[in-house]
Amino acid sequence: MLISNLEVLPGQKIVRHLGLVQGSSVRSKHVGRDIMASLKNIFGGELQGYTELLQESREEATRRMQKQAQEIGANAVLNVRYSTSSIAAGAAEIFVYGSAVELEDHV
Amino acid sequence: MFEIISFVVLLGCGYLFGRRAEKKHINDIIEREKTFNSLPVIASRYPPENQYYQQQLVAGNVVVASDYFKSFTAGLINIFGGAVAPFEPLLDRGRREAVLRMKEEASKLNADLIFNIKLETTRIATGRTGAIEVLAYGTALIPGSKPAPSTAEAPRAM
Repeated sequence: MLISNLEVLPGQKIVRHLGLVQGSSVRSKHVGRDIMASLKNIFGGELQGYTELLQESREEATRRMQKQAQEIGANAVLNVRYSTSSIAAGAAEIFVYGSAVELEDHV
Repeated sequence: MFEIISFVVLLGCGYLFGRRAEKKHINDIIEREKTFNSLPVIASRYPPENQYYQQQLVAGNVVVASDYFKSFTAGLINIFGGAVAPFEPLLDRGRREAVLRMKEEASKLNADLIFNIKLETTRIATGRTGAIEVLAYGTALIPGSKPAPSTAEAPRAM
């Protein structure tokens, strides 16, 4: 499935618009990571644990969106947007949405 | 007494290690940016029409933390107002690092260009942790001929 954050695809025709599809995922890390993170906060630098966490979470949200798009018969999701919000201490919600379309000659 | 000592030690650690880490990171970013000069990132929404490109969403993210010294000085500046200089390089580093990671992913796919880049910054809060996450994402344009309809392309997240 084609996932893109562009609105137009040169040379490819959109046959059908199927509406909005979305996926979200809320994750938090175990306490050990949180303790490590608060230590890192003294010295500064990258919090690798959180970077990975958010990346996994984003992949999960994208998969969910993809699944939803497949269910309604789309073969591409265009104009995809991500949004992140930290909803509680140590937990973040990743939200992804886009418009599902059916492209001509694209499986 | 103990509190004062621990505060001074934390402040010193933050200053020394934080500074060193920041310098190292900035130098590293500058080096890596040079290697990706041939892969431009464009903030336009409309891709070029004269060539067929395959499209693939690429993203890069990073969580960078402030150090104790930065947080403390930022707190002081907050009283008087004005530019919070200690946090500016932090955000700059985060953004450039995220863009670089996105470029790394795109260059693995042999992309020519990255279009419609979006940058997003979120504050990640865990207790007293001051950290920000930066996400950069865009569409990598991979040159190629128009594929025949097939199911060869495996679905790939991100």
